[in-house]
Amino acid sequence: MINHGKIERNVGLLGVLIAIVISFSAIIEIIPLFSQASVVEPVEGMKPRNALQLAGQNIYVAEGCYNCHSQQIRPFVDETLRYGHYSLAGESVYDRPHQWGSKRTGPDLARVGGRYSDEWHEIHLIDPRALVPESNMPGYPWLAETPVDVELTYKSMKVLRMLGHPYSDEDLAGVADALAGKTDLDALVAYLQNLGTAVSRRYQ
Amino acid sequence: MSNFWHWTVIIVVTLHIIAYCWLLFATSKKKTDKLADNTTGHVWDDDITELDNPMPRWWLWLFVGTIIFSVIYLILYPGMGNYKGTKEWTQLGEFQDAYQKVVEAREETYAAFINKPVDEIIKDDTAMLLGQRIYANNCSQCHASDAQGGYGYPNLTDDDWNWGGEFDTIVQTITNGRTGIMTPWAGPLGEEGVQQVAAYVRSLSGIEHDPALAEAGAPKFQMFCTACHGPEGKGNQILGAPNLTDDIWLYGSHEIIETALYEGLQGHMPAQNEVLDEQRIKLVAAYVYSLSRK
Repeated sequence: MINHGKIERNVGLLGVLIAIVISFSAIIEIIPLFSQASVVEPVEGMKPRNALQLAGQNIYVAEGCYNCHSQQIRPFVDETLRYGHYSLAGESVYDRPHQWGSKRTGPDLARVGGRYSDEWHEIHLIDPRALVPESNMPGYPWLAETPVDVELTYKSMKVLRMLGHPYSDEDLAGVADALAGKTDLDALVAYLQNLGTAVSRRYQ
Repeated sequence: MSNFWHWTVIIVVTLHIIAYCWLLFATSKKKTDKLADNTTGHVWDDDITELDNPMPRWWLWLFVGTIIFSVIYLILYPGMGNYKGTKEWTQLGEFQDAYQKVVEAREETYAAFINKPVDEIIKDDTAMLLGQRIYANNCSQCHASDAQGGYGYPNLTDDDWNWGGEFDTIVQTITNGRTGIMTPWAGPLGEEGVQQVAAYVRSLSGIEHDPALAEAGAPKFQMFCTACHGPEGKGNQILGAPNLTDDIWLYGSHEIIETALYEGLQGHMPAQNEVLDEQRIKLVAAYVYSLSRK
């Protein structure tokens, strides 16, 4: 109170003090979650993505799929009726960065795995309107012609292992074999077909 | 939440509330030396001065109000570490209550028709409306919103069925899904054989073809194709093998025949019991059943 004038006249000091005050809410609301099992541990049956699915995830991010698709079913009745069991925190532990998103121009994809056949995804990604005439999703025909980037997938698996994802040496060594002859389209479909499959899709 | 964080949260939150109270109290007590003209004495740009008025009362009471609100809230609802709040409210509980209400409302609505025979269900407007909604959410992505299908996805509005169009069969198809596989025949048939069989298949549904080729294809068809498509090419609903004698093509048009013979085909419908319960499967099956009977 006494030095109020000093704080008001010094923008730098004011900024630092504001940051300290605001960070209290982070300390109280966010940091305790880091020690909560339901948030940081994978749900039962959840495995880290294999090489092909990981490559697919990288394509998902690179193509900006999150701009139109969320991957987070909120615990509301209408959402569980449409998309299935609400998302659990433990389902996102192997997502770096997570793809929750908040924009739903297209449907939520948190439990799209197994929802359609591989063939459906392939046709749909190349030309969405071939299957859904009303769709406003753009086509991604080049994915079918681009071979998967083996080097990139190997690197991201290595980085993820550094961050604590349980990949073994065999997993890393097998990346090239697992991706041999695969296109970006195969990888993206493999990624999509794995989404949300660790938890039963039906809520009841 | 661990004990450490439990207490950290409680202590920090409590200290904050106390600090706000103190801030209010301390600032209200402090007297500033007012200048005669009721300004702070600060001057900008030669003539801009700052009045030293107290905060508006309503604003001050809003501040007090938020403090009181936070205390009441923290007693009623979870917020203080592991403390559950006197109302024992949880997000999951709220969701489950809401879900239960929907289930009850649904059962009440369904009771009017769900146990009736299918021919009566399809005459019930409510049942058909609900069935249509379930269809739109779960089936239209492949079979199209008008149910006329698409490339590789059967039309559900005609009376041509690959796996059978009886109500029970439709329920079966929706519940467990279907996988139809045609293996490639380029190996055993050879280039020439493919052309001959294709011509023969065209002859079955009266499409323009080379009669000489078709004649040569007939015995090959009998040798390789009848196991699934039947001796007359009329298909087999147990295997999902399409009828080749009508002019209905699962993959667009008869131009698929060569591709099918060379590369094979496979169609897959995912099981819907992963998504839908028995009653809703029955409802959507009734809707699909009704489409070809309009």
